[in-house]
Amino acid sequence: MEDVVVHPAASTDFSPLVWFGLKLLQVGGFVIVLSLMVAALVLADRKIWAAAQMRRGPNVVGAFGLLQTIADALKFFFKEIVVPAGADKVLFILAPVITLVMAFVAWAVIPVAPGWVISDINLGILYVLAISSLGVYGIIIGGWASNSKYPFMGALRSAAQMISYEVSIGFIILTVAALVGSLNLTEIVAAQKGGFWNWHMFYLNWSNPIHLVLFPIMFYMGILFFISALAESNRPPFDLPEAESELVAGYQVEYSSTPFLMYFFGEYVNIMLLCGMMTILFLGGWHAPIDVGFQIIHPFIWFFGKCAFLFFLFAMVKAIVPRYRYDQLMRLGWKVFLPTSLIALMIVLTWVNFFGTGAT
Amino acid sequence: MLVTISFYLLAFVAIAAALMVVAARNPVHSVMYLILTFFSAAGLFILMGAEFLALLLVMVYVGAVAVLFLFVVMMLDVDFAELKAGFLQYAPYGMILGVILFLEMFFVGAAYFTGETKKAVVYSGEASNLERFGEVLYTKYAFFFEAAGLILLVAMIGAIVLTLRPRDGVRKQDVTQQVSRTRETAIEMVDIESGKGVGS
Repeated sequence: MEDVVVHPAASTDFSPLVWFGLKLLQVGGFVIVLSLMVAALVLADRKIWAAAQMRRGPNVVGAFGLLQTIADALKFFFKEIVVPAGADKVLFILAPVITLVMAFVAWAVIPVAPGWVISDINLGILYVLAISSLGVYGIIIGGWASNSKYPFMGALRSAAQMISYEVSIGFIILTVAALVGSLNLTEIVAAQKGGFWNWHMFYLNWSNPIHLVLFPIMFYMGILFFISALAESNRPPFDLPEAESELVAGYQVEYSSTPFLMYFFGEYVNIMLLCGMMTILFLGGWHAPIDVGFQIIHPFIWFFGKCAFLFFLFAMVKAIVPRYRYDQLMRLGWKVFLPTSLIALMIVLTWVNFFGTGAT
Repeated sequence: MLVTISFYLLAFVAIAAALMVVAARNPVHSVMYLILTFFSAAGLFILMGAEFLALLLVMVYVGAVAVLFLFVVMMLDVDFAELKAGFLQYAPYGMILGVILFLEMFFVGAAYFTGETKKAVVYSGEASNLERFGEVLYTKYAFFFEAAGLILLVAMIGAIVLTLRPRDGVRKQDVTQQVSRTRETAIEMVDIESGKGVGS
C-alpha cells in the first residue's frame, strides 16, 4: 500500500498525464487492498457469528478456512447469471453495479493514515453523505427491475429505512463538523489528536472543565451513530429488507452469480465505510489512545484496528440481538433518533457559538 | 484542454439524458435519465469551481427528490400507453410553452452576450466555497433564507394535515406500555387441580 499511495502535495510536480496515471494506480491499489480486507472481514463475520453460536464456522478451505471467502467469490463468478424473463434486463444488471461502485467511490475521501487519502477535499463529509444517499438506488432499482413481489417489497422497505436513518446520520455528523469547524475529514481527525480524551466520543478534556458539558452529548451521538450505521447498512437487527422469514431475501431474491456477489460485496464495503466513518468522526481516526510523544505503531494499524473493533461489534450485534419489527424501526428512527440528534445539534451549535470550535 | 473536453462531454450527456427523460417509454427509465441529467449538471458545477453546489445538487435532487419520483412512478399503476394516446390533443399547449421557453432563453442569452447583465463576482483567496456561501446566506440574505425555511415547514405540516385521517377501532402499539410490562403484570400463576381444569 505504501508504494502506491502518493501524497497529493508530492505529486503536483508531474505533468497532468503522469499525475493522472499515478492517481489511477493509487485508486487501483486502494481498491485491491480494500477488497482483500473486506474478504477477510466477511470471514471474520462468519467466524464471530459461529463462535457466538458455539459452532466452528468455515474451517475447510485453507488454514482455519482463511480462503473461504475467495472460494465463495470464485464460485459466484463461475455460476450462470440468471435473468428473470419479466425483468428489466438493463436495470437488473445495472443495480448491483451501482451498489458496488457507490460503496467504493465513497472511500475516495476517507483518510486512513496521515496523507493516505486519494482525494483530500474540503467538503469530504458532504461528499460521503451525497454518495451514501445514492446507495439506495442500487437496492430500489434492483427490487423493481426483478419484476417480482418479494424483491419489490424488500426494496421499498429498504429504501424507506435507509432514507429515514440517513436523516439522523446527517445531523450526527453535523454535530462533529460543528465541533471541529470543518468538513474536511483529515482536519476532523487532526482535531482529535493527543489522547483518547480528545476523541469526540470521549470528550473528557480536564484542562478546561467547560468541555465536560459536551461529554454526555457527544457520547450519546457516538452510540446513535453506531445504531444508525447498523440500520443504514441493513445489518441485523435492522435487516428487514432481507428478512428471510418474511421476504425470502428481500431485494436479492432474483439475483444469482456475479450480480449477487456485487450486492454482497458492496454491502460489506459499505459496512467497512461506516466503521471507518465512525472511527474518523468519533474515535480519533489514526491517533493512538495515549500520545507517548513518538510513534510506536503505524497510524494505519490504529485506524484499521479501530475499524476492525467496530466491525466486531457489528458482528456481535448480528449474533445476539433479535430482529426489530418494522414499525418499531421507523418509530426509533423518526421519533427517537431524529429529535434527539436535532436537539444535540442545537446544543453543540450554541456551545460552539459561545466557546469556539476545536478541542483546545 | 481537459476542462474543455470535460465540459463538452458533460454538457452533451446532460442534454442527451434530458431528451431521453421525455422520450423514454418507461417512466422508470425517464427517472433514471433524470438522475443522469442531475449528475451531469453537478459535474458542470464542479468545472465552474462550485463544488458545494455540485454536492448539494447530488444530495438533494439525486439523493432525495429523485428517490421520491422513483417511488411514485413505481407505485402508481398508470397505463402510460393510454396517456400517450392523447398526445396530439395536447400538442398545441406544449408548442406554446416551448415557444415561451425558447423566447425566454433567447432574451437571457442575448442580454448575457451583449454584456448587459451583471457579471458574477468571482471570489478568490483562501475562503472556501462553503464559507462564502455561509457569509452571504446568513448575513445579507438571512431573512429570505428563514422565509424559505418557514415556507417549507408550512408545506410539510400542510401535507401531514391533509393525509392524516384519525380512524376509530385501530389497534395501536404503545411502546411505553409494552416495555414497562413486568413479571407481575404479564404472568398470572394458577394452581390447577388435577381433573378440574382452569375454571373461572
